[in-house]
Amino acid sequence: MSEMIQAPRRGGVEALGDLTSRGPARKRRAIIERAIQAVLFACAAISILTTFGIVATLLGETIQFLRQVSIVEFLTGTRWTPLFASKHFGVLPLVNGTIAVAFVAMVVALPVGILTAIFLSEYAPTRFRSVLKPILEVLAGIPTVVYGYFALLFITPILREIFPQTGIFNVASAGIVMGFMILPMMASISEDALRAVPSGLREGAYALGATKYQTVTRVVVPGALSGILAAVILSISRAIGETMIVAIAAGLQPKMGFNLLQSMETMTAYIVQVSLGDTPQDTIEFQTIFAVGTLLFLMTFVMNVVSDWLVRRFREAYE
Amino acid sequence: MITLGETGTRFHTIYRRVVGRGFATATLTATLLGVVMLAVLMFDVFRDGAHEVDGDFLTSYPSRFPEKSGLRSALLGTAWMLGLTAAMAFPIGVGAAIYMEEYAPNNWLTRVIQINIANLAGVPSVVYGLLGLGVFVRAMELGRSVLAGSMTMSLLILPLIIVASREAIRAVPDSLREASLALGASRWQMVSRTVLPSAMPGILTGTILALSRAIGETAPLITIGALTYIAFDPQGPMDLFTVLPIQIFNWVSLPQKEFHSLAAGGIVVLLVVLLLSNSVAILIRNRFERRRY
Repeated sequence: MSEMIQAPRRGGVEALGDLTSRGPARKRRAIIERAIQAVLFACAAISILTTFGIVATLLGETIQFLRQVSIVEFLTGTRWTPLFASKHFGVLPLVNGTIAVAFVAMVVALPVGILTAIFLSEYAPTRFRSVLKPILEVLAGIPTVVYGYFALLFITPILREIFPQTGIFNVASAGIVMGFMILPMMASISEDALRAVPSGLREGAYALGATKYQTVTRVVVPGALSGILAAVILSISRAIGETMIVAIAAGLQPKMGFNLLQSMETMTAYIVQVSLGDTPQDTIEFQTIFAVGTLLFLMTFVMNVVSDWLVRRFREAYE
Repeated sequence: MITLGETGTRFHTIYRRVVGRGFATATLTATLLGVVMLAVLMFDVFRDGAHEVDGDFLTSYPSRFPEKSGLRSALLGTAWMLGLTAAMAFPIGVGAAIYMEEYAPNNWLTRVIQINIANLAGVPSVVYGLLGLGVFVRAMELGRSVLAGSMTMSLLILPLIIVASREAIRAVPDSLREASLALGASRWQMVSRTVLPSAMPGILTGTILALSRAIGETAPLITIGALTYIAFDPQGPMDLFTVLPIQIFNWVSLPQKEFHSLAAGGIVVLLVVLLLSNSVAILIRNRFERRRY
């Protein structure tokens, strides 16, 4: 505490000398102040430049790409073979694979995440909660390449025991593991939403004779629905953008259909596949990763904006 | 809105109790499922890889012979990448946070920057890789160097550092600012000598957590073309490089079992590095919290 009081005094006394003196010293101080402010603004402006950079890079290469491939073929074609002799540029197989993996991830993360949120917010004793939460957060901090290893070498062999037709690379194991990766985010945003429901509503339900189960499922959860929806959308967005798990465990075969025990390629895995190869730059093969990246960016961007809007709505609703 | 159904019958009371208990158990089970999964993952990785980790493993270059392979270039590459990333992202991130909290006027530009930072945090990491490939590797002609990788990684973790630093700066009580200004300090003197020293533990914690994220990120570096096979020490910022997670990815992708076991060994090292850096962050935070009162 004493340190904190001392610090401003030291700074202040020197400052007094600077600012009360007239003439050049004061002018110099003002120039320095303005320069510092400009530098700090430049730091903040880098975030804007980053966005510009992303949009410009993606659009620039995508426009080059679309000069050679019609946008209709790109968005509606069902064959994706840019690296083969007979080239087809229909992105739908990659979108199909992305959705399939995200679907499996949500089958895991949605129920487990919401139930976890309900437990942490409504049932868990404070002490238990303060131990459990950091442990669950660890799941979010594990590098995705570790999850990829776990999916390929732990989950897949188990799946192959149960379903012998399972491929070495398959959508299911990548999706299951991804579900656990996004679980902490799903649970944490949902929990915030549940906690934001005023306790008066719970007490009202109890006063009407509702059990705890009835209060939770018919009052608290419906009251937190917009926040839970935000958590779901953000989780899907995270699942769509996740790269290493699918690149390791889901395989590199662009395919239509919904056989979750077989290999499929996602948009992100395709970007990794091309980056690892020695595709020459300034060719159409190379431009495809930017076109796919643009689509990925747009999909996640829209989802993030929608979920942000929903979060703000539930915060406003109870203030 | 609440329909409780018929009440009163003995059967109904029991039914309600069973459903309630069942639901409570389900929520607990779901929570524990996440914990169990974490435990299984840790156990699996350590069982597969702990025996690989020894002095030779840490000091040998990768090789096509699994028994001679090691992490030397990956560890050095990670250290290089981390140092350069911290040197760029820390000052820029803290500078941006100071601007947003202490200087920014309440106008449309400030709001745009704010929304923009929030949106950047949600951009998939592989897209940052495409940005780095387009801007740093090609337009600025830095090649597939550790510098290009670090610049890409800096942009990736900037939103994290900015958000954490802003929170730390906001937590500094206004009375300190007022006292400083009342003594005649200029705005920058107030910020640099009063606000920043108070906020520094929070800023450092946030920065270390952001750097931990950078240690584990793989996709953006693969996209800018960080090589997977490096058998030399990087000597400067323009050298080619590889990092721990890329080396692990490389080993996982090979079909032979021996390399999978090396990958597990690499994961053990990676997790230990992350554990150490997170412990440092927690230590700083705890010290800060104790100092407060």
